[in-house]
Amino acid sequence: MDKFTTITGIAAPMPLVNIDTDMIIPKQFLKTIKRSGLGVNLFDEMRYTLDGKEIPDFVLNQPAYRESQIIVAGDNFGCGSSREHAPWALLDFGIRSVISTSFADIFYNNCFKNGILPIILPQDAVGYLMDDAKKGANARITVDLENQTVSASDGKSFAFEVDAFKKHCLLNGLDDIGLTMEKVSAIDTFEKQNAAARPWA
Amino acid sequence: MTAPKSAVLRTLYDKIWDDHVVHTSEDGTCLLYIDRHLVHEVTSPQAFEGLRMTGRKVRAPEKTIAVPDHNVPTTEGRETHIDNEESRIQVDALDKNAREFGVVYYPVTDIRQGIVHIVGPEQGWTLPGMTVVCGDSHTATHGAFGSLAHGIGTSEVEHVLATQTLIQKKSKNMKVEITGKLLPGVTAKDITLAVIGKTGTAGGTGYVIEYCGEAIRELSMEGRMTVCNMAIEGGARAGLIAPDEKTFAYCMGRPHAPKGAKWEAAVSYWKTLFTDEGAHFDKIITIKGEDIAPVVTWGTSPEDVLPITATVPFAADFQGGKVEAAQRSIDYMGLTPGMKLTDVKVDAVFIGSCTNGRIEDLRAAAGILKGRKLAPGVRGMVVPGSGLVRLQAEEEGLAQIFTDAGFEWRLAGCSMCLGMNPDQLAPGERCAATSNRNFEGRMGRGGRTHLMSPVMAAAAAITGHLTDIRDIMAETA
Repeated sequence: MDKFTTITGIAAPMPLVNIDTDMIIPKQFLKTIKRSGLGVNLFDEMRYTLDGKEIPDFVLNQPAYRESQIIVAGDNFGCGSSREHAPWALLDFGIRSVISTSFADIFYNNCFKNGILPIILPQDAVGYLMDDAKKGANARITVDLENQTVSASDGKSFAFEVDAFKKHCLLNGLDDIGLTMEKVSAIDTFEKQNAAARPWA
Repeated sequence: MTAPKSAVLRTLYDKIWDDHVVHTSEDGTCLLYIDRHLVHEVTSPQAFEGLRMTGRKVRAPEKTIAVPDHNVPTTEGRETHIDNEESRIQVDALDKNAREFGVVYYPVTDIRQGIVHIVGPEQGWTLPGMTVVCGDSHTATHGAFGSLAHGIGTSEVEHVLATQTLIQKKSKNMKVEITGKLLPGVTAKDITLAVIGKTGTAGGTGYVIEYCGEAIRELSMEGRMTVCNMAIEGGARAGLIAPDEKTFAYCMGRPHAPKGAKWEAAVSYWKTLFTDEGAHFDKIITIKGEDIAPVVTWGTSPEDVLPITATVPFAADFQGGKVEAAQRSIDYMGLTPGMKLTDVKVDAVFIGSCTNGRIEDLRAAAGILKGRKLAPGVRGMVVPGSGLVRLQAEEEGLAQIFTDAGFEWRLAGCSMCLGMNPDQLAPGERCAATSNRNFEGRMGRGGRTHLMSPVMAAAAAITGHLTDIRDIMAETA
């Protein structure tokens, strides 16, 4: 997994609420057995016509936002299915951070496993950053994970909360499985006790 | 330091959690032991590939259950050939991975194959007090047994395959109580949709919900699975219902349920799985059973729920960001604000899915369809949740009722619920569906989905438009 420290980049405004994982990556693209290559189909049905032409109005098709690294989104981003194809598609497009007032639980967790930082901020802060993002490519937003701040293009800064363990893993690009494997003796012990206490499980 | 367990009043969620903690870090991050890991073909190939690349094994193959469901066609001949190349590759990859890593496996040729969330309980893999995960958000279904069950992403699938644990922080406790009795025509599906209609799709975010109250206790296990299945549509990590005699009766004798002395020991443990009187909930929602009407969704979010007697809303009825979303939904769904929901015509009816593809759902729909026909021009499809549900429905004569009514009687799978297989809506087609998501494009690009109960879907099938089941019941009476 790629480390995440600080990024400064173009932020795409997507004020729609409840952007679900079927919008982020429609079901027909879940048939891959790889993690890569999904960026071209990110937001596919909002982004392309039925015959595959770009829909010019869609934010990521607009010249100013084609290189976006951040999305500022409406409430409850990533609701719906558990498909990790959603963060894979975002990452493959080049998105490293999504800012919203709230995220669906599974999507939120999936982001951290893929070097994407989802940031929860209050409504007024998201509103401020949304307005900033609407200014286009000249308004670059900075996300600083170490200091837990998001800064608008005018320098106005907002602090955010993030779980200490998730932050640590993201800052260092750590592999969860490797970390858990260090606790294998605790798992062995649990399994022995469990086999005695709940032999049917 | 935590106080001795006996001194603390605990919720059902607290109890299951406590019994599965392998390790707690200083910051409260826990390593949670996983009793059952269900696996399907869509969210697992990259996880198995990850194991292969790192030389890791599946730690507990006997607790890992694989079944293809999302991609499989629901028509004859699929045992030997799947036309869509990508679907075939994914189903073949599961086959290869299941055999190579030695996990429990129900291939498409096995009568027990079906939707993973129907197969788990049916085979007795899902039992009270367990932790159950799957790379699928509708894993919440298994909470009906009083097991802590939730969806995970593919990275977490790999983590569970390798370690049989998950890194977790505990969620908050939420109680959803449905008091009293349900009125005629109102079902488990109406309960779960009504709850989401009240709380919104993010109302449960950060919580594990325990459903309780008389109306929940009165539900069959099938109904309870329907309720818990959609906990995720309300944003909750999981939904739970305390196990009781109905739960034990459902589990008893299932192929992988304990037998003899182990069964006795299990039941006495399961009887301790309830929320202690006075235990703390961070959020409580109470709905009177009698206040729940037969409902349908009108929009493209499961929170867009209205009683069937209502009219299509105006975007201006909403506030904040929901105004734009509502207008988008109305446009996508091709509806006119102010029109009666019962005037909305349908092109297709889909009965099935992990929400409503169990035997009781088929019985309920067949009960309405018996001696009746699909409305002219309406396509009807019934997709049993598993091969065994299909077999039972054929033995009970339900399949005959469906085919007599003009429905297609299909093989088990996820089918139209998400169009990863050939069962899809065409652009602009409108479907009365017993599934769980009405998202844009979910059942096929441009397809329009109205969520409802099996009896409501059956009613729409007869009339050709969204219909109040109580009107059909009145005709019959």
